[in-house]
Amino acid sequence: MYSILVFFSVAATLGLLMKLELIAPGKTIMGAQTYNSFFTLHGITMIFLIVVPGLPAVFGNFFLPLMIGAKDVAFPKLNLVSWWIYIIGAFIALSSQFFGDGAPDTGWTFYAPYSFRTGTNMLPAVTGAFVLGFSSIATGINFIVTMHRMRAPGMSWMKMPLFPWALYGTSWIQVLATPIVGVTLLMVVLERTLQIGFFDPSLGGDPILYQHLFWIYSHPAVYIMILPAMGVISEIIPTFARKTIFGYTAIVVSTLAIAFVGYFVWGHHMFTSGMSGVALYTFSILTFLVAIPSAIKIFNWVATLHKASIDLQTPFLWALCFLFVFMIGGLSGMVLGALSANVHLHDTAFVVAHFHYIVFGGTGFAFFGAIHYWYPKMFGRMYKKSWANIGLAIFFTGFNTLYLPMFFLGMTGMPRRYFDYVDRFHGPNIISSLGAMLMISGLIIIITNLVRSTRYGVRAEADPWKGKTLEWTVASPPSLENFDEIPVVTQHPYNYD
Amino acid sequence: MIDHSHIDEHRDDEGAKTGMWIFIFTELLLFGGLFIVYSVYRYLNPLAFHMAAEELDVWLGTLNTVILLVSSMTIAMAVTSIQLRNKRLTLILMGITVFLALLFMVNKYFEWTGKISHGIFPGSEILHQSSQGEILFFGLYYAMTGLHALHIVVGVAFIAYVMRLVKIDDVKHDDFVILENSALYWHLVDLIWIFLFPLFYLIT
Repeated sequence: MYSILVFFSVAATLGLLMKLELIAPGKTIMGAQTYNSFFTLHGITMIFLIVVPGLPAVFGNFFLPLMIGAKDVAFPKLNLVSWWIYIIGAFIALSSQFFGDGAPDTGWTFYAPYSFRTGTNMLPAVTGAFVLGFSSIATGINFIVTMHRMRAPGMSWMKMPLFPWALYGTSWIQVLATPIVGVTLLMVVLERTLQIGFFDPSLGGDPILYQHLFWIYSHPAVYIMILPAMGVISEIIPTFARKTIFGYTAIVVSTLAIAFVGYFVWGHHMFTSGMSGVALYTFSILTFLVAIPSAIKIFNWVATLHKASIDLQTPFLWALCFLFVFMIGGLSGMVLGALSANVHLHDTAFVVAHFHYIVFGGTGFAFFGAIHYWYPKMFGRMYKKSWANIGLAIFFTGFNTLYLPMFFLGMTGMPRRYFDYVDRFHGPNIISSLGAMLMISGLIIIITNLVRSTRYGVRAEADPWKGKTLEWTVASPPSLENFDEIPVVTQHPYNYD
Repeated sequence: MIDHSHIDEHRDDEGAKTGMWIFIFTELLLFGGLFIVYSVYRYLNPLAFHMAAEELDVWLGTLNTVILLVSSMTIAMAVTSIQLRNKRLTLILMGITVFLALLFMVNKYFEWTGKISHGIFPGSEILHQSSQGEILFFGLYYAMTGLHALHIVVGVAFIAYVMRLVKIDDVKHDDFVILENSALYWHLVDLIWIFLFPLFYLIT
């Protein structure tokens, strides 16, 4: 089973890299329709294929059992099934690009009524997303049961490391929110095939209802993306600070609070759709509320660093960059959460910049942080630290050069999802595109280094970072059943005293 | 929840059941999405929904409700009888459940073909001439009962698979969690129908 999990991790990582190749759409080399299908493809693959399953599936399946002292997850077979569903779903979704009447052009949100009016090949894209939902649900169920039933003796809930805690919150969101988007996408499928008028105004349906149903899932989904990222950061920071994490309980509670409050903020995607005033105020206030637990985490991480004996290694640098970009992303989210500012900035490049700072900056940086952190454990070898740091520096510079100008562009009125723009937006767009190239070259360095090191890297010892959580007590890479003998846990996870 | 027993063997009935319950919860949410759509459109078109619901055959609906309730009972009895080590009775009860499920599908078939022969199906001419509320009602009717019928098919396949396991003694009096899970699933299918039935047939 573990060989499959490792294979899965590698396959998903490789999938990620292939998708990353596709990102940068040149602004002058394609027409409107191509651009439309590019941002749709970019959105679908990034969201449904990479960011949502990325951290939980790759690192969760590998490290969740290790970190709670179990030999495997609760349902290994279900895990395999979910992997196959994932592959099938991915295949269906991507086939929309190559067969039928042209690639889908609705954006990843599949907004009605355009999603069933457009002549392009929507059906496989929507069906693929629907199928991927099952994979997500299966993983969620698996993790929840694993954490309830398989923690090592002595590991009470409040002695569980923070990455499993983050996965716990994530799993519940996956289980509770995914069915809604599943059935919504199913309705779009039925609408396209059988002309059942769910969301078609000419048949009495209501397109706004689609938006509600879609965001009821898709807003919690951004917490599916960010919670595991926060979990990773909560692991990396105490390890390299050589210090117990500040406010363990507060982090746990804020994880659950984010998972919970995250359900009730979907309306902030629809401020301009004509909701009632009361609904607008409510969603706006709730949006501000959900920022509080995130801020609590930031303060806890920073407080952990206070008076710590910090070991500046690559994963820790990734975590620091995460803090930087996540703060920018989070604070710009507050701007968007405010009603008046939102009306001005709705559907502009500002939103795109915010989203990428959170999801790419947050989840992406945490993902690479996690790779660099757990790499020696997964592959039993160490990558070249110098090259990893250089790659990170270029990547980080490129990232900010790419997205910071987009805040400015959005403020001055450049809309998103257009392949062309008026002349006065030219300057910042050049900077932004240069940033994209810089970022990709950084990425190439990082990935080459990682791939090369699987063969040529120096052999890693069991605990290269001097971490205290259970995964560092076994050999690198771990044996088939993880532990020869199930450990007995007596201490808190980050005991550096 | 400080004290919890660690599970070190490869079999964990409690865990399997927990997983099944969470899965059932997701199924409820799946239908929940459709129930929301139903209630929104009913609220927007009360009169048309009222008129359209008169078209449905209450007796056929009631018959199917009774069939499903009885089948739920027989599968529950099967779970009890396996614990009493009565393999033959277990198989008979499960067989009855499958039979009743198929009967339900036959009824459904007649109901749907009846509707379709009257020209009431999504995209039909007659439906396009009716009010928007009626289009929505029948759209939802086909989608929701159709999705439910799909669950019946899955349930039958699941129970048939477990019947095989009972036959080759893979499911026994001290190891029957998969039978219990198939029964749980069947109760879910029954439960959803209990909600669909009044929403479409009774509230007129």
